[in-house]
Amino acid sequence: MRTLTLSRNDLILLAGYTLVVLGGPIIMAPLGAGYPDLLQKFVIFGIFAVGFNILFGLTGYLSFGHAAFLGIGSYTAVWSFKLLTMNPLPAIVLATLLGGLFAAVIGYICLRRTGIYFSILTLAFAQMSYNLAYSVLTPITNGETGLQLVQSDPRILDAAAGRDYGAVLPSSDLFGIPMNGYPGFYFCGVVSIVCFYLAIRIFRSPFGLMLRAIKSNQNRLNYTGLNTQPYALAAFVVSGMYAGLAGGLLAVVDPLAGAERMQWTASGEVVLMTILGGAGTLLGPVIGAGVIKYFENIFSAFNEGILMAAFDFLPEPIQHLMVNVTSLFVGEGWHLTLGALFMVIVIFLPGGLMEGFNRLSALVAGIVRGRRDGASARGA
Amino acid sequence: MGILSVRNVNKRFGGLKALDDVNLEVEAGTVHAIIGPNGAGKSTLLNCFVGRLEPDSGSVTFDGMSLLGIKPHEINQAGVSRVFQTPEIFGDLTLIENVMIPAFAARDGAFTLNAWGLVTTHGEIRARALAMLTDVGLADQAERPAGQLSRGDKRRLELAICLVQNPKLLLLDEPTAGMARADTNNAIELMKRIAGRGVTMVVIEHDMHVVFSLAEKITVLAQGAVIAEDKPEKIKGNHRVQEAYLGGAQL
Ligand SMILES: Nc1ncnc2c1ncn2[C@@H]1O[C@H](COP(=O)(O)OP(=O)(O)OP(=O)(O)O)[C@@H](O)[C@H]1O
Ligand SMILES: [Mg+2]
Repeated sequence: MRTLTLSRNDLILLAGYTLVVLGGPIIMAPLGAGYPDLLQKFVIFGIFAVGFNILFGLTGYLSFGHAAFLGIGSYTAVWSFKLLTMNPLPAIVLATLLGGLFAAVIGYICLRRTGIYFSILTLAFAQMSYNLAYSVLTPITNGETGLQLVQSDPRILDAAAGRDYGAVLPSSDLFGIPMNGYPGFYFCGVVSIVCFYLAIRIFRSPFGLMLRAIKSNQNRLNYTGLNTQPYALAAFVVSGMYAGLAGGLLAVVDPLAGAERMQWTASGEVVLMTILGGAGTLLGPVIGAGVIKYFENIFSAFNEGILMAAFDFLPEPIQHLMVNVTSLFVGEGWHLTLGALFMVIVIFLPGGLMEGFNRLSALVAGIVRGRRDGASARGA
Repeated sequence: MGILSVRNVNKRFGGLKALDDVNLEVEAGTVHAIIGPNGAGKSTLLNCFVGRLEPDSGSVTFDGMSLLGIKPHEINQAGVSRVFQTPEIFGDLTLIENVMIPAFAARDGAFTLNAWGLVTTHGEIRARALAMLTDVGLADQAERPAGQLSRGDKRRLELAICLVQNPKLLLLDEPTAGMARADTNNAIELMKRIAGRGVTMVVIEHDMHVVFSLAEKITVLAQGAVIAEDKPEKIKGNHRVQEAYLGGAQL
């Protein structure tokens, strides 16, 4: 049991994460993000980014193809719904396993190279998967329409259990609890807490130490008697499993899967999330995923009407000017805001938002200490 | 026959003959120094021992096993550790982590999927690493990132990285370069202690004070070829060595 204990700081981190996830609907409400669809995205893409960070943040191997595993997870989950049961548990277990299996094959090949060549190889593999999903694999992926449930799916386990969904299209449910809305969010939330816990363990394990050593000095590691290849491959597979799981959860809350989930833009997004939040930190990728999904969903929804109302207090010509300028950055232009934010962070905070928080808390701690010292000096 | 046996090793870089039919026998439990002017091929020779370079021809055997055609990590697992001319350390990690990694490698082998138990629960590894850092005089900086160390301290750290593995053969490429005089003397004491434990050592060194304090045998390289090999006191008076090494000046 001794091995189950985390350090005090890590326990606080885990407890904090758990509280924020479980209290998500209340905490996110003032930000306008307290609705289940967006909350689900926060935790699911959080899982995706936390797993990606185990590869990229720890070993420094930058994959541009991880969306492939996300897509594979979604397809696997939908097939599990179609063939086995609408219960989400087999779906996410299979999605995780298949994500890991594909990652083992693709990782084995891509890890023959390092640096930019590794990145290009992963990108090539992901684009290949994306194109295959649209062409020869259409019997499995249903091409452009995407893979959907139909009433006549066999669902052999459900059938064996005598479960009949009647004339309606079934949706995923966990022993009767529907997996959309808030229950769906809480299901994904609990899974994400488990994933976060496992990530802490990996970070603090000898295995995690070796992964960080790969990033720091691969040569030294080789001359120290460690075979870096299987370590990097194991990290690749773990991150592929996290991605597969995330893809599976996307299908749990909304049972369909399309190839666009595997596109290179989706692979790039998880890179952005990780760097924005802070690569190599535990919490950074979660925060990065949250910020990007928030922008995508909230900023993109702002329109001129909302802006007019926001600048209502200004005289009319200035109001119009402000609306014209700011409207470039919201609605369809949310990518512009994100791009600007990303640039500012990479230039001024290369360690991502986490570096910003750390600097801020160091500053505050310094001020508090300064005050106390000042006070005790006066007292003396 | 020695524990390390180098036979007729040749290595060319384009038109440059970096190693010219080098033969070398290192006896078990001795300190063997390799000296020679800049560019003589000393580092190149060590590179051929640890799998960084493959010689064009010749053989390198350690303890009866060929070191050619196998991976660097396999050579290390066979008991050969090396300190590089430019320190190779884990700059982003703390000193204690730097030394725990080789300790794990020595205990658990080249790959173990040890992802569940926390590093902190491996108290024995930590204790060994800390003892090693104490040995090289860096224990007080154990929690600092290694990248912040001075050049001399980086060398001592790299030495600790190698020593914690209890290697059978230790290869040192200019272990005291960049150290202040006092640090050099400490390093000599440390290397004497290591030699006292029966570890075989091959030391490349420009500092003759270090060479003559440690070496039981000296090999002199010049332009890739061995021009002399003898006991230290004999090497001092060797005219060919003085010619090649210092252009005729006294050693
Ligand atoms: N990888 C390489 N490619 C091409 N030339 C090389 C390579 N490594 C070494 N050399 C050349 O081989 C010769 C021997 O180099 P080496 O580093 O072995 O010398 P050294 O005896 O260690 O010198 P120093 O005392 O300066 O460290 C030099 O002329 C060097 O420029
Ligand atoms: Mg050299």
